[in-house]
Amino acid sequence: MGLGVRERMVKRAAKELKSGMIVNLGIGIPSMVPDYLPTDVRVMFQAENGILGMGESSKKGEEDAHLCNAGGYPVTVIKGASYSDSATAFAMIRKGLIDVTMLGALQVSEKGDLANWMIPGRRVPGIGGAMELAQKAKKVIVVMNHVNKHGEPKIVKACTLPLTARKCVHLIITDMAVIEVTTEGLLLTEIMEPYDLNDVLQCTAAPLMISETLKRVP
Amino acid sequence: MTMMNNEFGKIISLHEAVQFIEDGCSLMVGGFGGIGSPPSLIEAILNKEVKNITLICNDTGFPHIGVGRLVSSRRVKKAIVSHIGSNPVAGKLMHDGKLEVEFSPQGVLVERIRAGGVGLGGILVDIGVDNEWVTKGKQVIEVDGMRYLLELPLTADVSIVYAKKGDPFGNLIYDKSARNTNPSVAMAGHITIAEVEEIVPLGELNPEEIITPGIFINYIVQSEGVNWKWAWE
Repeated sequence: MGLGVRERMVKRAAKELKSGMIVNLGIGIPSMVPDYLPTDVRVMFQAENGILGMGESSKKGEEDAHLCNAGGYPVTVIKGASYSDSATAFAMIRKGLIDVTMLGALQVSEKGDLANWMIPGRRVPGIGGAMELAQKAKKVIVVMNHVNKHGEPKIVKACTLPLTARKCVHLIITDMAVIEVTTEGLLLTEIMEPYDLNDVLQCTAAPLMISETLKRVP
Repeated sequence: MTMMNNEFGKIISLHEAVQFIEDGCSLMVGGFGGIGSPPSLIEAILNKEVKNITLICNDTGFPHIGVGRLVSSRRVKKAIVSHIGSNPVAGKLMHDGKLEVEFSPQGVLVERIRAGGVGLGGILVDIGVDNEWVTKGKQVIEVDGMRYLLELPLTADVSIVYAKKGDPFGNLIYDKSARNTNPSVAMAGHITIAEVEEIVPLGELNPEEIITPGIFINYIVQSEGVNWKWAWE
């Protein structure tokens, strides 16, 4: 995936954030979001290793090995930030104080079930903090490629991989589309150019409703 | 190390500290992805060639970082962790049946450690209560119509932590996000050894700012600093 494609997903994801929100970002693509947040949007990024109020990634040469995000990469903090131990960081999560979490995924079902931690027999990395975040954040946004590296759809009727949490995903942002998880099913609201409706339908293994205000994103 | 009043007898050498860590012991280690893990104690454990460790840590670090070094050099028999995703060596050992791994969701793991450290018999958690990968073998307890899993506390023969400053009583403060699991791990060891970047005289730490009161710390060693290269370097 080219940087341009990834940037577009990250920029789109950043638009979901509004001033005043408490936001936890998963490792990988979601962790790039702070670098694309408009300057007038002030949110508190939380990291489960014990930072509330993370800023942008550290500049080269200014890294502090003891100030890193949950993925282990050096970050900065903003005014009003605080450090805590992991137990307190997960207290914030478990109590439901996280407004938005953005996570990667292996599969998302039409009901919003999330599978993002394990491929039995192949990749068993362990759950990390994803289960708490998926189960307890007020809004769960999945940011992922639309299909896996074998070209198979990751948006499916029912997940075949072990679940992280049931009925937890609210919004899916991919390299091809933006899809809302509603009580009636999946609602396609945006298509990323140069893809068209046919491409999206072909790469999605669950029924899609199409929004009356379907947008094309350049 | 500068001459420091050792009135509590807690300040010891790395060589003395590692005598507490023996073959087959359970060892709890602070740190998150290697950040906040005590580098000199890990080095000393490697040099002592301690084997068959049951490791309790947030994760298995990276192959050459933090507790990952113990895993990579086959000193660990069993790991109780939240993930091994950053350490492919751990994944291979587990796959080959050479490393037993018990996973807990990350927040549950640290709360189990905290429970062990604060003298609780267990905690009730609804994380994964409807997920077969988490519920396996666990008791479900209903409270006011809500279903919870009974998660059991974790303690260890020895806990090792990494702090920024410590005084001779063992009062500790940590450094930014290197605090992470350290305060919980510090409480949960039958013996807890703190590796400290800077040992300061009694009275120098502001009582308002102490994160781990020294009562939880049995021994203090002077750190020789991080001796691995970080993933981002």
